[in-house]
Formats: sequence, C-alpha cells, structure tokens
Amino acid sequence: MTAGALDAAGIAGDPASPVHRLDARAKLLGLAGLTLIAATSPAAAWPLLACCAALLAAVARAARVPAGLLWRRARVVLPLVLLAAASLPFLRHGGARYALGPLTASEAGLEAFGTAAAKAAIGTLSALLLAATTSVPAALDGLRRLHAPPLLIAIAGVTWRYAFVLAGEIGRMRCALAARGHRPRHLLQAAATGKLATALFLRAHARAERVHVAMAARGWSGVPLAPGAAALRRTDVAFVAALAGAPLLIRVLLEVHP
Amino acid sequence: MTCAVRARGLSFGYAPGDDVLDGLDFTVAHGERVAVLGPNGAGKTTLMLHLNGLLRGSGQLEVAGLPVRDDTLAALRARVGLVFQDPDDQLFMTTVADDVAFGPRNLGLPDHAIADRTRAALAAVRMEAAAGRAPHQLSMGERRRVAIAGVLAMEPELLVLDEPSANLDPRARRELLDLLEALDRTLLVVTHDLPFATELCERAVILSSGRVAADGPCRELLADAELLARHDLELPAGFDPARVTRRPRPLAVN
Repeated sequence: MTAGALDAAGIAGDPASPVHRLDARAKLLGLAGLTLIAATSPAAAWPLLACCAALLAAVARAARVPAGLLWRRARVVLPLVLLAAASLPFLRHGGARYALGPLTASEAGLEAFGTAAAKAAIGTLSALLLAATTSVPAALDGLRRLHAPPLLIAIAGVTWRYAFVLAGEIGRMRCALAARGHRPRHLLQAAATGKLATALFLRAHARAERVHVAMAARGWSGVPLAPGAAALRRTDVAFVAALAGAPLLIRVLLEVHP
Repeated sequence: MTCAVRARGLSFGYAPGDDVLDGLDFTVAHGERVAVLGPNGAGKTTLMLHLNGLLRGSGQLEVAGLPVRDDTLAALRARVGLVFQDPDDQLFMTTVADDVAFGPRNLGLPDHAIADRTRAALAAVRMEAAAGRAPHQLSMGERRRVAIAGVLAMEPELLVLDEPSANLDPRARRELLDLLEALDRTLLVVTHDLPFATELCERAVILSSGRVAADGPCRELLADAELLARHDLELPAGFDPARVTRRPRPLAVN
C-alpha cells in the first residue's frame, strides 16, 4: 500500500456536489441508518432492498460518483462477503430443489443467498459512497459531533495521519532494497522483508515518542478537546429523512402487511 | 529585568554519569535572535527540550519569566513555542486547521478565539489556503510553515526552532528565512546551517560537550575559522559571513 493508493481510496465524484457538501453527520446517520434497516430486514424483503438500492443509486448520481469506480472499489470487499454466503443455497433446505452438477440447491437456500448478497451489496455501497463523498477528517469530525468517544476519534485520526507517513517510509525502504539488487525469488530470500518490517516498527515507535513530545510541547494533557457542534441544516435533515425514513416506512409496512 | 532564557549550572544526562548538558550557563534577552550552533551530541536539542519543561535537569532555569517547575509547565508551554526538526512529528492532526488549533484549544480558549488565532497564524505563514488540507498533501516547505503556524497560534514570547532549514530546497529555505525575519518574537535557532544562522541571527552561541564554548556576534564567531574547526563546524566554500546584509528587524519586538 502506497500513500498514493491511500489517497486514491478517498474522495471521488464531484467535490462540489450537493452530497459532498452535506454535513458529515447527515451522511453518517443516513447511510448507517439505511444499512442497518436493510441488514436487519427479514429474508426476501425485496421491495425494501430495492428501495435501499434505488436510494443509494440516487445518492451516487447526485454525487456524480461513476459506477465504474464504485465497482472497482467494491471488488476489494464484496467477493469476500459473497464467498462467505456461497454455501447457503446448498446447506439450507425448503421449497423446490435444483440440481447444479453434483450439488443440489434449494429454493429457500437461493433466497437466503440472494438476500445476503443484496444486503452485502447495500452495506458495501453505503460505505463506499460515504468514503467517496466525505473526507476522513470530516467523517471523524462528524463522529465526534455525534458523541463517539473522543479518545477513539483521536486515535483513529492519528492512525490515518501516520498511515501516509508509514506508507512513504515503506516505499523508500523498498526502493533502497531494490536499489541494492534485492529481488526475492523464493521464501528464504524474504528475510530482508522481515527485517524491513522490524525496522519499520522501530521507526514507528521512535516517531510515536517524538509525536508525543511535540504534543506535550503544545500543552497536551492527555484529554482530547474539541470545538462545539453546529446545528444540522435543513438539507442535512432532509437527507437523513430520505435515506433512513423511506426504508423504515417500507419496513414497517412489510411488518404490518407481510 | 527578566530574560527570555536564563540558565545557571544546568545539567542533564540521559544516562547516569553521561551528562549531555554539563553545568550550562546561558542567557537570552527579550527580542534577541540567537543561533545555537555546535557539533552533533553537543546538547543543542536537549537544551531546546528543557526550554518548555519537556526535559528537566538540575540547576536553575528560568524561561519567559517563569521558573521551570511542575506548577508552571502549562503557562510555560503557552509562552515557549518549540518547532521540531521533522514537521511530520509535529503535524499529527488530520487537517492543517485542526493542527494549528491544537495548541490554543489546549490553552482552554473559547471557540471563536481559537478560530481567530488559527486564521491569524496561518495568515502569518501565508498558508490560509491550506487550512482544510491534510498535512501529507503539503510539500516539506509548506509543512514547516504550518508547523510554525501551530506554534505561533499559541502566541509564544519565545520561539525555538530545531534545524528549521533541514530538507528544504533553496526556494523553500528562502521563504522560511523571509518568514522568520518578519516575526516579532525572541528567536532561538538550533542549526547546522551556518549561512542561515548568519542571515537570521545577530548572536551565536556555540555549544560543546554541554557547555557554552563561545558566545558573541554571529558574524564575528563565524568569521573565526579556527574556532569553527575546533567545534567541527564549517562554512560552505566561498561563503563570507562579513558580506551578509541583514534586513531591518520588525519594529514591535516583544
């Protein structure tokens, strides 16, 4: 992972779009709410899942985030999730049965797989849209304003900040190895990589000490302090209402009229 | 009259029997710009860390009118700004504005005062446009300027810089010099960059083995080739300290 790759996983689409300009709290609440409602829905609640997917597609369109980019980013996460659900059609029983070579899939199993796949896709897309429309500092600030534990937010912020520094150091160390002809071809030659990891750990530890000294020099007392929170605007509230409210309404209707 | 720094018999060692500062006597008056020179291991950075109580040695030390004690540390850190050698050590927040606001926030100031100080400090280093950017997106010169802004936002009386010109290209070095020359603060500059010290500071102190080996006008000390050689210092070939013209100081120095 390089610093460039870390940056490339961040903001995408049109930074001036209405979605990008929303308060981070609204995006966190709206997208998390939508994901939660979708993830906790009963099996085969297709109208609800379709509504969630349509809302996410509308958000992506409004933010002008290209579908191709979302697909490229989803490829990193989605196959792993789908792999975990792949056995469902063959392990669940109920309804019609379909022969797929030596294996037999059940209708109930296929339905469970379809539901799991749809929920995974909705959760992944929500996370990707949040990452594409909200910078990490803004998302952390939003979490802090939503009263997430300040120390956790401070740790997450410092981790993100120094991921780029460490990525830069890894890049320079790999360059230094390659410049001296290091091209590992089998496992025994990977020892240099292990030594690189050790050196990186020691450097990171030394840097952590220097960072702490620099924090203390500017009056750090161990308690993270942050500014007060501004109120949400109407557009922010409307976004949360649309993203979480509409799926919630369908969910309630499905519960009342299954 | 109080001094910006007054050290008497200051001693400190990282290991017993191995003193990095060895009975150091050192005084800086308000408004002075002093270059602290010396070979590696002379105690320059150790002295710097003593100035706002990050290290505590034996002997007497008074900085910005305050004795360095447990009960004065918070006030001391508001009055003494340290700028570290590697800006990546100092810029630990996720955005430039948050980082500059870190010190004022620790001072317990209200939000509007923090915002005012952040704006003013970024304007002083001409980095207003970078307020929302992440530190890793800045060049080394820009990071150095933001690191200085983070300290200026605390409105310190004394600014201590550790190797400020390290890793800067000539243009960024020139910009930094212009910036520091325009600051109306007492400056203590720990550096190996002797031309930089000559241009910025009227006075130089050479540390050697934890003691002051020489103290005097910067151009005079740096013109003494024998003195420099004795302390492993060397001017760049062709550089003549006597020909350096220093620009006038800002009017309001403390």
